[in-house]
Amino acid sequence: MDLPLFLQQLLNGISLGSLYALIAIGYTMVYGIIRLINFAHGDILMVSTYFAYFGISVYALPWWLSVIIAILLTALLGILIDLGAYRPVRHAPRISALITAIGVSFLLENLGLVVFGGRPKAFYRPDFLDKTYELGGVHVFSLSIWVPLVTAFLLALVFLLLYRTRVGAAMRAVAKDMEMVQLMGIDVNRVISLAFAVGSALAAAGGIMWAMKYPQINPLMGIIPGLKAFVAAVIGGIGNIHGAVLGGLLLGITEILLVAFLPSLAGYRDAFAFVLLILILLFRPTGLAGKDTIG
Amino acid sequence: MSDRHRREWIYKLCTYGAIVGLFAFFLQVQNQADEYQIRILNVSAIFVTLAVSYNLINGVAGQFSLGPNAFMAVGAYTTALLTLSPAEKELSFIIEPIIWPLSVLHLPFLPSLLIGGAFAALLGFIMAFPVFRVRGDYLAIVTLGFGEVIRVVANNVQSITNGPLGLKGLSEYTNLWWSWGVAVFTVFCVTRLVKSSFGRAMQAIREDEVAAAAMGINVFRHKMLAFVVHAFFAGMAGGLMAHLITTISPTLFSFFLTFNLLVIIVIGGLGSMTGSIIAAIIITYAGEWLRVVEEPMAIGPYNIPGIPGMRMVVFSIMLILVMIFARQGLMGRREFSWEWFCGFLKIGKRRG
Repeated sequence: MDLPLFLQQLLNGISLGSLYALIAIGYTMVYGIIRLINFAHGDILMVSTYFAYFGISVYALPWWLSVIIAILLTALLGILIDLGAYRPVRHAPRISALITAIGVSFLLENLGLVVFGGRPKAFYRPDFLDKTYELGGVHVFSLSIWVPLVTAFLLALVFLLLYRTRVGAAMRAVAKDMEMVQLMGIDVNRVISLAFAVGSALAAAGGIMWAMKYPQINPLMGIIPGLKAFVAAVIGGIGNIHGAVLGGLLLGITEILLVAFLPSLAGYRDAFAFVLLILILLFRPTGLAGKDTIG
Repeated sequence: MSDRHRREWIYKLCTYGAIVGLFAFFLQVQNQADEYQIRILNVSAIFVTLAVSYNLINGVAGQFSLGPNAFMAVGAYTTALLTLSPAEKELSFIIEPIIWPLSVLHLPFLPSLLIGGAFAALLGFIMAFPVFRVRGDYLAIVTLGFGEVIRVVANNVQSITNGPLGLKGLSEYTNLWWSWGVAVFTVFCVTRLVKSSFGRAMQAIREDEVAAAAMGINVFRHKMLAFVVHAFFAGMAGGLMAHLITTISPTLFSFFLTFNLLVIIVIGGLGSMTGSIIAAIIITYAGEWLRVVEEPMAIGPYNIPGIPGMRMVVFSIMLILVMIFARQGLMGRREFSWEWFCGFLKIGKRRG
């Protein structure tokens, strides 16, 4: 393999990996706080791309405004899903909560099919993301540079929220010991709502960038990114935000390099993440970065 | 003969009578009902088989697996590859020829079905080693992952599965006798298993794994047993389904199937075989009735266009509502018994 090609694929891997990382943070935050695998996370991502699509293509808003509105609406959707479906089963056995989450996932997918139709829709890609540069034989797609940059910016915001604000401290505390935090007079439900809002907003950001990367959307598009981001979260050690970022990047890079340099295995691409998941759970069940509560 | 013995003997007779009655009913149906009715009855039977075996691992042993679609896929492909004649196989494998032993094998339906189940059980046996190292929601995700892996593999090993093209032109072997025969056999085996000491041990593991282990129960081996039995029957059901719809492809065995089964066992009541049977039949029929929602309707002067996909919306909402408001489902963990039935009809009251 020659170096330029390797660098190019590495950049693609980082770009895909940072999307996985963004989406994985939502899983990890929710799991860290209420020990629930939010099965519907990938589908929340799908809905966010439709919000953006409607803003851009139907209401003809500027694309950046549509994206911001879509992210806010998705955060709201996350809160509503928590209120409507997850809060009533919060004290039920964990499997009941998981079944509810699977139900919400299927509900979003099929409502998507009913409301938006099954036909894929073309997604807008701003001009500055659609350029290709050449640097010493390396072909660089501008989107592949922007995605990691935006991700890094959003990650910085998340860490600021977690470590420099009072709600962030509350969130970390709830992840450590929910009963105790309740006794200290913190409204746990509000903290959980915030976690859903932040997680869904990040999923929306990831989803919209995903939709710009593969410029079309359909109601079932959230399944694969959702599952893979979940795998990324487990690889990093679920409940651990640093781990989610690490796992996302690792998964994205290995996946791209595998497909690029062993094209005969390209058909198995979607299975690769799960094989990795099974191996990780076998040999290091708490993930690479170890089990840690949020932070 | 004591009163209790006689009573049990009568109950047993009732059971056999009911089974004979069921098949007499099918004999009638076979002659009179139209193809559509018979098809739904067949589908119901397959879902009864699937739900009862799925409930064994999820409800009785309490191990939340999301992988029955993998076992169905293995069972369906194995059975189909064995029943297709060599000539048919050569015709359908146009991209890559089929590999040697499969290209010449040709067996009747029953051995194929059993081998299909056996292969699924073998996969379950192999899967059990990695899968049962984790519990709870991790277990769910790993089994879901296995389901996806099987589907991706089926898409890619062209020389065995014919890839995305799938297998076409299977003979329509599945009829009421086969489908309900297997269903009754499954219910018999699974309920016997649940009532045996193995079943008790599985329930103990469900309630408290640590306590069960402390009582000397080999936790892994019992989970494995439940999983392998589940896999075997799911594989047989897969084979039956393949020979009912006569065409299989990897897309058929997606997570969607598992979701349907999950709805059934949750609505029936996790851990109740009676509930699973009732819910399997209800959900199959409800799925057919709800087709109405998806077709265009005219109410008076208004034309309501059909809404494709509405059925799944209804099922998803149902699943969420059951989880929130009626976690026990229809039956909870109760089972049908003749004793209850007689009490219900107020006959044969105990003297004294």
